[in-house]
Amino acid sequence: MKNSTKILANVVCIVILALFLRLAQSSLDGYKIQVLNLVAINIILAVSLNLIYGFTGMFSLAHAGFMAIGAYVTAILILPSAQKEMMFILEPMMWPFNVMHAPFFVAVVAGGLAAALVGLLIALPCLKLGGDYLGIATLGFGEIIRVIFTNTTTVTNGALGLKGIPPYANLGWNYFWCILTLYIIIKLLSSNFGNTLRAVRDDEVAAKAMGINTFRTKTISFVVGAFFAGVGGSLMGSLITTIDPKMFNFQLTYNILMYVVVGGLGSITGSVVGTTIITVLLEWLRFVEEDMTIGSFEIAGMPGMRMLMFSVVLLFIILYRREGIIGGYEFSWDSAARFVKRLTGKKEAASNE
Amino acid sequence: MLKVKNLGVKYGGIHALRGISLDVPVGKIVTLIGANGAGKSSTLRAIAGLVKASSGSVTWKEKHLLGLMPETILDRGIALCPEGRRIFPHLTVLENLRLGGYNKRDDEVDAGIERAFKLFPRLRERDWQKGGTLSGGEQQMLAVGRALMSDPELVMFDEPSMGLAPILVEEVFDIIRHINHEGKTVLLVEQNAFAALRIADYAYVLEVGEITIQGKGSDLLTDERVVKAYLGG
Repeated sequence: MKNSTKILANVVCIVILALFLRLAQSSLDGYKIQVLNLVAINIILAVSLNLIYGFTGMFSLAHAGFMAIGAYVTAILILPSAQKEMMFILEPMMWPFNVMHAPFFVAVVAGGLAAALVGLLIALPCLKLGGDYLGIATLGFGEIIRVIFTNTTTVTNGALGLKGIPPYANLGWNYFWCILTLYIIIKLLSSNFGNTLRAVRDDEVAAKAMGINTFRTKTISFVVGAFFAGVGGSLMGSLITTIDPKMFNFQLTYNILMYVVVGGLGSITGSVVGTTIITVLLEWLRFVEEDMTIGSFEIAGMPGMRMLMFSVVLLFIILYRREGIIGGYEFSWDSAARFVKRLTGKKEAASNE
Repeated sequence: MLKVKNLGVKYGGIHALRGISLDVPVGKIVTLIGANGAGKSSTLRAIAGLVKASSGSVTWKEKHLLGLMPETILDRGIALCPEGRRIFPHLTVLENLRLGGYNKRDDEVDAGIERAFKLFPRLRERDWQKGGTLSGGEQQMLAVGRALMSDPELVMFDEPSMGLAPILVEEVFDIIRHINHEGKTVLLVEQNAFAALRIADYAYVLEVGEITIQGKGSDLLTDERVVKAYLGG
């Protein structure tokens, strides 16, 4: 397939998505719009974790920490100063944070950059570690970030959190960032640098013998992943308008890890599909937590039931489909065209008979 | 010429190499034979910069190599074809080769790929296939082709015959000889002493971290001690 055709196909898809979002904005209720927003943000988070874990093979559990940094930096930059003054009841907010202000786009970029910077600081000591050790170290750093935010009361308002964050993160912004994230990470992965990432994942010693600076490669991947985790956190903060440190505990990291593993490690298509399915299911499955009547029996609603069902689903996937629901497959226009051709070819063959 | 002097390598408290010295003259095939755990691979890894040496010196064209990053050593013209092939299983044959020329410009990479395909026509037929789906022999070809991508002056092979059928072992050694005829210096590490000694100009026998016997390849083939210990005579 020609390159221009592919670009055209991509543009058409984006236009269709835009039209759909417009329609959704005007006709769907607030709850469904919220789910659509969550899908976009979770895709950003899942794809950025997949870059670090699925493509570079670094088991990182610091994603919630990076999200917290992005969320706080953005929130501080977009909160009006009157709101800040009202909210900081224990101790007044420190200068210059109380007068800082930036437009939403700049604030999100700043959130991403702050997360990337912290990612770089974590990467320098941690990326010498491998496998599970890296997971434990990054988990520790993620928690450290959270604890720091709990205790720097004059900047973050401590455990009280920040409230009344302007809800700028609408469907448009979220999907804009989602598409941008996908574009940048796919471009990165399809370059020769993407191959060096996979090489480092497959066999680090061989990659070193090929003259690849594996430490630099891993650091870049980790920092880019941290940037987009920060962006995801920024959008999340503005979407739900209230953030506090407890929100960014390791549970959040595990959720993102679940999207990535269910979709398939090392597949962007998998991350997108896995995230969409799980995010929608998590909301849809809420009915299992309500009171139920089966015949004459009445069962009181049990909060947490849907997570139980997810554990079962996750168990099945890990036992019977390790490679994830998409199974390492990657969508491309070429393969789509081949598929369509095969389908129509079959039809023609059938009509010829 | 590659000169190794009193090279020592330690893993924790264990001495893998206790100060070995060897020379690899330009244009020759030099082989290092020995049993498992003798320190053969450690020697190559230390020269390539993959492990730190604890003592001694390595010079290549009168310049020190120890302490340099692996990528710098590769830039100086020394490539390692690692033990157990170690190709990238999830990358295609073409991508594997491209990574071998990671330190080269695009046109040099294309020329290198052409050279590799000429050396191994089988790889051209399978250039789209994932490395992990190749057979053992094909993987070894790919590993050799990949090591040659940076167009090195000295190629170090770490047990290229490992896990290959006897007929393929023959083929691999023919290829090494061919590469040497094309002007590349070869440092070959082998357990298959017989095959290695037959093509080597000069040979060293390594035993638990020390060089015990050295001499011309053809001489060592008939050396009583070598025959007894390694050639099953």
